[in-house]
Amino acid sequence: MERLFLKTAQPGENTIEDIYAGLKRRVAAGERGVCPVDLTAVFLRLCQSQSCGKCTPCRVGLDRMTGLLEGMLGGSGSLDDIRLLKRTASAIADSADCAIGFEAAKVVLGCIGTYYKDFETHITTGSCLAKHQAVRCAWNCPAQVDIPGYIALCGEGRYVDAVRLIRKDNPLPSTCALICEHPCEDFCRRGIVDQAVNIRAIKRSAVEKAGVVPPEAGAPSTGKRVAVVGGGPAGLSAAYYLTLMGHQVKIYEKRGKLGGMLRYGIPLYRLPDQYLDYDIDAILKAGVDTVMNTEIGKDISFEELRAKYDSVLITIGAHGHKSLAIPGEESTGVISAVKLLSDMGDEIFPVFADKNIVVIGGGNVAMDAARTSVRLGAKSVKCVYRRRVEDMTALREEVEGAVAEGVDIMPLSAPVRIESDGNGNANALTVQPQMIGTYRAGRPAPRKADKPEERIECDIVIVAIGQAIQSEYFSGCGLALNYDMLEAELSCAVPGMPGVFAGGDCTFGPATVIRAIEAGKVSAANIDNYLGYAHKITLGVEIPPASQKHKVACGRATSLEREAIDRKNDFEMFERALSEQEMHQECARCLRCDHFGMGTLRDGRVYQW
Amino acid sequence: MVNLTIDGKPVSVPEGTTILEAARGAGFMIPSLCYQKDVCDVGACRVCVVEVEGDDMLSASCNMKVTDGMVIHTNSRRVKEARRVNVELALSAHNSDCTACVRNLNCSLQQIVSDLNILESPYTKKVRYDKWPKDYPLIRDSSKCIACMRCMMVCEKIQSLGVWDTRGSAVHLTLGLPGNKTINESECALCGQCIVHCPVGALYARPDTQKVFDAIHDPEKVVVVQIAPAVRAAWNEGVGLNREEAGVGKLVAAVRALGVDYVFDTNFTADLTVMEEGSELLARLADKGSHAWPMFTSCCPGWVRFLKSQYPELTPNLSTAKSPQQMFGAVTKSWFAQRTGIDPAKIFSVSIMPCLAKKNEATLPGMDSAGSGQDVDAVITTRELVSMLKTFMINIEALKEERFDDLLGEGTGAAVIFGSMGGVMQAALRSVHCLVTGQNPDPDAFTAIRGFEGWKETSISLDGKKVRAAVASGLSNARELVEKVKSGEVKYDFVEIMACPGGCVCGGGQPITDGAEFAPERAPVLYDLDKGAKTRFSHENPSIKKAYDEFFEKPLSHRSHELLHTDHTAWTMPPHSNT
Repeated sequence: MERLFLKTAQPGENTIEDIYAGLKRRVAAGERGVCPVDLTAVFLRLCQSQSCGKCTPCRVGLDRMTGLLEGMLGGSGSLDDIRLLKRTASAIADSADCAIGFEAAKVVLGCIGTYYKDFETHITTGSCLAKHQAVRCAWNCPAQVDIPGYIALCGEGRYVDAVRLIRKDNPLPSTCALICEHPCEDFCRRGIVDQAVNIRAIKRSAVEKAGVVPPEAGAPSTGKRVAVVGGGPAGLSAAYYLTLMGHQVKIYEKRGKLGGMLRYGIPLYRLPDQYLDYDIDAILKAGVDTVMNTEIGKDISFEELRAKYDSVLITIGAHGHKSLAIPGEESTGVISAVKLLSDMGDEIFPVFADKNIVVIGGGNVAMDAARTSVRLGAKSVKCVYRRRVEDMTALREEVEGAVAEGVDIMPLSAPVRIESDGNGNANALTVQPQMIGTYRAGRPAPRKADKPEERIECDIVIVAIGQAIQSEYFSGCGLALNYDMLEAELSCAVPGMPGVFAGGDCTFGPATVIRAIEAGKVSAANIDNYLGYAHKITLGVEIPPASQKHKVACGRATSLEREAIDRKNDFEMFERALSEQEMHQECARCLRCDHFGMGTLRDGRVYQW
Repeated sequence: MVNLTIDGKPVSVPEGTTILEAARGAGFMIPSLCYQKDVCDVGACRVCVVEVEGDDMLSASCNMKVTDGMVIHTNSRRVKEARRVNVELALSAHNSDCTACVRNLNCSLQQIVSDLNILESPYTKKVRYDKWPKDYPLIRDSSKCIACMRCMMVCEKIQSLGVWDTRGSAVHLTLGLPGNKTINESECALCGQCIVHCPVGALYARPDTQKVFDAIHDPEKVVVVQIAPAVRAAWNEGVGLNREEAGVGKLVAAVRALGVDYVFDTNFTADLTVMEEGSELLARLADKGSHAWPMFTSCCPGWVRFLKSQYPELTPNLSTAKSPQQMFGAVTKSWFAQRTGIDPAKIFSVSIMPCLAKKNEATLPGMDSAGSGQDVDAVITTRELVSMLKTFMINIEALKEERFDDLLGEGTGAAVIFGSMGGVMQAALRSVHCLVTGQNPDPDAFTAIRGFEGWKETSISLDGKKVRAAVASGLSNARELVEKVKSGEVKYDFVEIMACPGGCVCGGGQPITDGAEFAPERAPVLYDLDKGAKTRFSHENPSIKKAYDEFFEKPLSHRSHELLHTDHTAWTMPPHSNT
């Protein structure tokens, strides 16, 4: 007689797995803007389908909470129902026997807390305040680039039009084609069908195939003068749009070249100079004036700028270094990642050959520093981080790329002190092993593990734990600070200083290039208004019609990288472009949300701003 | 041209044509619910779906453009199945108590359900019942709404107001007011274009026929009716007669058959409006520096509401002359009462209008200038007139043509064209020319501003001085015109605006035929009446002369100001109102 059996999938179980796979895709694609009350009700229904039914709170309670929510949705709810819902959810969260019940109740409690207004509006007016997002990729792109538009243009081989369309909202298409963090892809509705469209790769094809595309024609000169402090992505973007609006713009740049963090922070293997210069050339060709090697506060004062110009925009980025504050940090051989990458931008290459390098930090800059060290010929590169690998803020592919190139990640290690030899040269980093613990501010926090300290021998320690904003001078000029960030409104206006605007990393801390571009766009629009104009940035590119083809599941053509063994020896670009065949398939995978769904009704396309 | 095949037939259409227009043009019947040409192509009902060979899914033909070589099937099994299911679903969310519906027998959903022979719905009925203030001139019945979005699109695109918006999501989505506004707090102009574009009975005008019915059967009341010019251009559609059979004489006979005491013509006060407004223009021109320019006509209450909500600072530009409806009410309860010896308190003054905004206009402050309650006691739309004629079992075909009653029943050709875009301006210019030069112009001298759409301009030379005039209909055209006036891009002295595209003939109170564009058919009725009129100049209307001789003395006299002019600042519109 048998007493044990192998667990093999029964025919019916595949279907349940299929349902879950579809559900996971849908949840991952995360349609937003839907009604939070409805979503909570649906979530509860899902939780009910998982309940075994043993215990009262979960068996009966989840259903009764769903009932209360459905009453609110159907217009028969009362304000008392919100209170009853809250009371019920609290009791279930406290008394359910397992996670199926108590976690469901916690979600309900969180929802009532966050969306109380929507619950209330449902009861008082019969519907909620939620607004559907028509074109989610564009909506969630900080610069609101017309993504379905340029994908459709690329699909028809109209690459020049695609670049022109992108520039309507983002004057750095070539840069973004390589290094944008592409939040659009996280929201791509294609993810419901299979996987998100490879949007960034399509943009790269557009730029590479279009060749040089001259800037758009500008409006007649207004005679107004605008100074932009800092030639990074925010400053360049603002300068471009302000010039198109007819204003005379001059960028004051402290360094010898334009680009800011794009040149002095992003390594060449991710963003080669010619790609950055493609964008800068077009911006300069539009008529932007520049002064290089000129620092505000040293070579010319802020007051002088304000006197000379009708408006001043501050986009100084976040080029300062944040120190660890541990003993030994002053030793020779301890450098900041900011300094390393900045020197590289000026083509100053440190000698790392045969050196053992330790990078401290878990963000993208730490990865850039580690991978740059590999390329400089370091003997070994270790990356020390307090939390786990999955907690690193660096993009997944950056971490994987670094590991493939030979970087050793040492997670759960908190730096304690840097030791040095008799000459003051760093020779080791001591770390205290950590273990991961409970959540703080939404992230699991590390805590000290009952393990002895570890000593990591090394020649160079690169500190990459964040960037600081060099805002002291402007603070002295009367601008308010929030920590080291310049205070600015969401319009980028500096409060209490008419005509002064600030945007980009210097106002919200180190962020992505596309957020800097957004700041440039927003400040350009509001400076134009401030100067008494209402110029519109428009583009009359006709977008190809949509069709009902290519709606069946089809895999995403992912971008390949050069093999690690090859790419780690040089600073040539590591990512490969899609083939033309792959690009066309990716373009066809776009579901054209600008035409289908809510896109036909409204917000399918922003024609001007 | 684009070549394609529809149901096996080769079809050639211009580039940019939708599949639906291409198919309908070639004689194929594709049904639709939400689509309406130039207004709504959101593709929401999915009833117009067709099969395009090579596509993975069916396409909404209303918003998909044809491409070369397309092979389309409008009636394949897939199409028929999807169409039927989508209609059944729409029906399951619709209150189909059809017999008690204002759109019974004139409903696009009813029609397609009947065409598809849907005898029972497989789905449980779930209908939404929202609250609505039933005293507001525009009524929305959420239980009938099929969320076609036409109301929202026409208000947004054609009228540039955006009173309607979607609310909620998924099955809870419905049309309503944006944010937490109520209709009373909205900027609704009451043009009623959402009503005439609604395919079902979700939107309708507040019924006021019961008040009229009560007055008719009240022996104490003298019911005095005025009929607006545009009513005669469209009432036939509601009673099922062709335009030739349903002349003005027939209309008069039908209204008289309701049992009212006097049947008068709003044309009379249209002529009076020309006299007052024309004189006002000349007075303002004589004292140019003291006035805001251009002077705007004030006879369209939808436009007045629009201006006061969107550009309240331009309220002084409105002519102070009341609209013909309100002049009529005031004249009825003053001069007419005095002359006939009827106690004005016993007069029940009814107007039959192509319009919803008129229901609101009659209740505005100052519209009780004759001192016997509101000057106009009840306003019913052309549609309500039709329903009254049916309720009263009046055999219209059997009626002989009759004349309006004397005194207030006389109107000129100039007055009758008030009902069509550009008519007020033409009528005014004809008389202004005579007032200044002493000579009548050619009555057809200003036909350049006739039309159904957009915005047109003309000018007239008065004693060597050029007076620049413009007319526009439809509120997005009005907005464009006002914006250009404000920016100084255009300069006019006198501007006529009608809220409804094409003017009153296409008013929100007119009979409804889904999908039909009636301006080109209705306006010529009025132009023919003008052409055949005894006189085509307001100042030559003998009753007008009598009115001034006996009662008003002259245009802009003290009595005119009391009875025929109004203070537009006596009330406010949201978002500027305090309420």
